[in-house]
Amino acid sequence: MHGFANPARFLRIARWLTPACLVAGLVVTLAALAYGLFAAPADRLMGDTVRILFIHVPAAWLGMAGWTTIAGAGVAELVWRHPLAGIAARAAAVPGAAFTAICLATGSIWGRPTWGTWWVWDGRLTSMLVLLFLYFGYIALADATRGEGGGSGRVAAIFGIVGAINVPIINRSVVWWNSLHQPPSITMGKSAIDAAFLWPLLGATVGFSLLFAGVVLARMRAILADIQAEARLRRKAMARAED
Amino acid sequence: MASAANSGLKPKHQRLVLLVIALVVLIAAALLAIWALRNQASYFYVPSEIVADPPSPDRAVRLGGMVEAGSLRTEPDGVTIAFVVQDGEAQVPVRFSGIVPSLFVEGSGVVAEGKMRADGTFVADNLLAKHDENYVPREMQNMTEKQAKQVVAETQ
Repeated sequence: MHGFANPARFLRIARWLTPACLVAGLVVTLAALAYGLFAAPADRLMGDTVRILFIHVPAAWLGMAGWTTIAGAGVAELVWRHPLAGIAARAAAVPGAAFTAICLATGSIWGRPTWGTWWVWDGRLTSMLVLLFLYFGYIALADATRGEGGGSGRVAAIFGIVGAINVPIINRSVVWWNSLHQPPSITMGKSAIDAAFLWPLLGATVGFSLLFAGVVLARMRAILADIQAEARLRRKAMARAED
Repeated sequence: MASAANSGLKPKHQRLVLLVIALVVLIAAALLAIWALRNQASYFYVPSEIVADPPSPDRAVRLGGMVEAGSLRTEPDGVTIAFVVQDGEAQVPVRFSGIVPSLFVEGSGVVAEGKMRADGTFVADNLLAKHDENYVPREMQNMTEKQAKQVVAETQ
């Protein structure tokens, strides 16, 4: 991991990895969604509304994966003082929040025709909304307490780790408490989702994840470029002051 | 002294130990909170809870369970339906007037919002359909139970 402590080395790899992730993610996502929207069969009870599954579930997964990234980067920042950890956490916050918002919006649109309501305050929906608010808090805090190196700073790292307690709560909310949201369909090695739905769902999840990785890498490069530009400006200003 | 013992640790390891202790405390606090919330955070009561401890008739509650197969019937007025919600242990008769969600069918899950009358009937003013975790294509619904089970077993 400390091989990447040198940003120049990270940038060399990120230069080709970023477009690779974005292009592969776009191709896989479009293929999976095209299959899911046009070729997959209609559900026994829900009919064609089942197709929203292929956006809703990958978005939920990445909303939670995004916060796990922030928390993991927070640990790396606090314990190993890794110079890229805070940058990775800041880069993951906005796409994570976006996927969480997509999950909430598609879930609401899906809930109206199937459950008969846009929104209920059950454990799953509420904890997912809390995750979105945590993202907003993290983005504001990380920007306000931005360190010299462009990372997120220690306060934001602690916030990210403490907020991670919500991720297992989201995951288990439908098991611990009675909720309107159904229990998990995919559990350890078992799936209650028919293969006709499962394959496009897995494809969309892989595609969304690649897109997420590509966006995080692109944002990390942008933050590093910002730091370089700032350092250069500072040097110029100092040289001028000495003249 | 504790600080003398710690001085043998590298700063990196000291931070790691501190973080692990903080995480253990955090998780313990979260588990305590979840344990305290185990009843309050539930979205509905199941029939056996309602039957064991009926809420007062003026209190709005939610009742959730399965619509018993064969229990659904429409009253003579054409808009009121009556059905039985059960959880395998207890049964609660429910009455509702209005439009039902499209997923509301016999043998499926339902959450009814309303009040428990003194005579033991639950009068709902809103029905929410609860979808189960199974996603099955339409083609499979006309199969016999045995065929469907076989297909499901293949996908597991």
